[in-house]
Amino acid sequence: MQNENRTRLIKDSAIWGFIVLELIFFSVAGHYLSLSESAFMDIDNMLLLLKQSAPIGIIALGMTIVMINGNIDLSVGATFALSAIVMLDSMTWSIFAGIGDWVIPIAWGLALLTGVVLGAINGLIVWKTGVDAFIVTLGAMLGYRGLVFMYNGEEPTFHLNWTLVDMAESSILGFETPTVILVICAVLLWLLMTKTVHGRNAYAIGDNREAAVNAGIRVGPHMMINFTIIGFLAALSAVVFYSASGSVNPNDGELYELWVITAVVLGGTKLTGGKGSIIATFGGVIAIQLLRKGLGHIGADTAMVNLVIGLILIAVLYMDRQLNRKGQEELKT
Amino acid sequence: MENQRLKSLMNFLAKQGILVAFAIFMIGFTLANERFLAIDNVMGVIRSSAILGVMALGVTFVVIGGNLDLSVGSMMSFSTIVVLDLHDKLGPELAIPVMFLMTMAIGAVIGILVGYLKLNSLIVTLGMLSAIHGLTLTYSGGKNMDIADKSGTWFSVFGQGTFLGISVPIVIFGVLALILSALLGKTPFGRKVYAVGGNNVAATFSGIPRARVVFMTYVISSFCVATAGLLQASRSLGSQNTVGQGLELEVLAAVILGGASLLGGSGTVIKTAIGVLILGFIQNGLLLVGLDFYVQYVVTWAIIVLAVWLDIAAKRGRIWSPIA
Repeated sequence: MQNENRTRLIKDSAIWGFIVLELIFFSVAGHYLSLSESAFMDIDNMLLLLKQSAPIGIIALGMTIVMINGNIDLSVGATFALSAIVMLDSMTWSIFAGIGDWVIPIAWGLALLTGVVLGAINGLIVWKTGVDAFIVTLGAMLGYRGLVFMYNGEEPTFHLNWTLVDMAESSILGFETPTVILVICAVLLWLLMTKTVHGRNAYAIGDNREAAVNAGIRVGPHMMINFTIIGFLAALSAVVFYSASGSVNPNDGELYELWVITAVVLGGTKLTGGKGSIIATFGGVIAIQLLRKGLGHIGADTAMVNLVIGLILIAVLYMDRQLNRKGQEELKT
Repeated sequence: MENQRLKSLMNFLAKQGILVAFAIFMIGFTLANERFLAIDNVMGVIRSSAILGVMALGVTFVVIGGNLDLSVGSMMSFSTIVVLDLHDKLGPELAIPVMFLMTMAIGAVIGILVGYLKLNSLIVTLGMLSAIHGLTLTYSGGKNMDIADKSGTWFSVFGQGTFLGISVPIVIFGVLALILSALLGKTPFGRKVYAVGGNNVAATFSGIPRARVVFMTYVISSFCVATAGLLQASRSLGSQNTVGQGLELEVLAAVILGGASLLGGSGTVIKTAIGVLILGFIQNGLLLVGLDFYVQYVVTWAIIVLAVWLDIAAKRGRIWSPIA
């Protein structure tokens, strides 16, 4: 019994241990290898890191609840791009010409609505047709990306609104806006998954769908709610990111789904559903960003970052399985 | 009686629905534009689908074995870059076998991880997608790779040559499809792949070595990827590091369209080839009808979902899912 607890403790805190290791490694290695004078553990550097992890992080939170539910969403990158285009383009529409800066909240609203609708479409198809979420969202990834390209061809869509940029660059209590939004989303989703009926049912469905159905849980609506949430979060991520930059390329957000899934899996969420936590995903997001920044700090290039992240993902999977197996053997004896 | 006829119709649709859809599309596009079925147009479509097609043939083995392969796109970039680089260093005669060995070595690593270590294939190949991309960038130093003497090499024959009046990529795609189809459909190894994907536990109890079979499916897949990389390199004689990026999902789309179940155990090589051609002809047909290039992605989305939906609807005997 005590052994089982210990195994669980190791698994739950693994991601934080990994982060601490990364911090120590990059601080020491940076001391000898880095060309820059500033230390890696600099407070400004850490705040910047939080800000930079916001776009992927916000989507990863949504991916966690979809995966806990036993589904997956491969279309988030395309949803991200389409929402960004709607936000930037809607600010130039002539019907909003007379209202000055009030166009900003309207553009935000339209972008978020886009995300919600796209997510709900995915959820509805998965629910009503019974086709596997992997296939539905794989198709949607192509389809939504097609919509992105149909909107403006291969041209970038841009609109610079200085009021908007100022708002995006502002900070609250010393934290930049993207960081604040990431943390708020994490807290809200953590409450949703741990303190509400919806969260409990989502875990139950992912763990054993048949048992959940027998217990009288309506599977479909819960899946649809989760897909709608991840659509909303992909759009929110676009709002946070593009309010500051003001220009979106039709290729933006490509491969985001892979980064997001990597972060979620690093956090220990199971692809098969039923297991995972928002807090651990938050850790996974930080760990990946730390790795990218740290490797950059000690002078490694993108090639090395890609290589290391890929290998770490596989190593984590392997260790996780070894730990699980150990846990099962202990249960038997 | 009436009910039985409906049921057999549903069964027919479930088994051959993809062919019916293909026929409807071909007739529709032919009526809309007479150029569509012209022989040079058809050949053009098949030739431009050949690279995607060759990769899809290999992934079919992996999918039937009950696994996924998301790394084929970045593996294809790797083999393209490697063969172009070695072409100038070793000469084409040596460059091609060395590139095949290197690519298949990566495939073998994935095979060991998924087959022998029993790790989740989605995450392993996701990790390999990133890792191989890093490997490619390290190999090339991030630079584009070009053959120095483009007009003086026979290397271009694979991508640009013709054999008996048919362009070589089509010949390679066709021959490979026939060989792999025979391997999957007519040999004990092929039956083992179906068995492992269909029911892993039953296969194990029947004495089928799951690990070795899964390992082999990844090696076959990487062989196909190397062939695709050869075609790509030979066609363009120069390449970026990201040439195969995103192809993994289009490949999966073609395999799914061909009716292979992602759960494993069903699908055939020939149907995958048809899935590839459907994607190619739809793209071409939409362009000929005069629609925007990017409409094809939206249409592909609809077709993938509809194809799989019809398939499972016919199997369960009702249109809407039983999910409450």
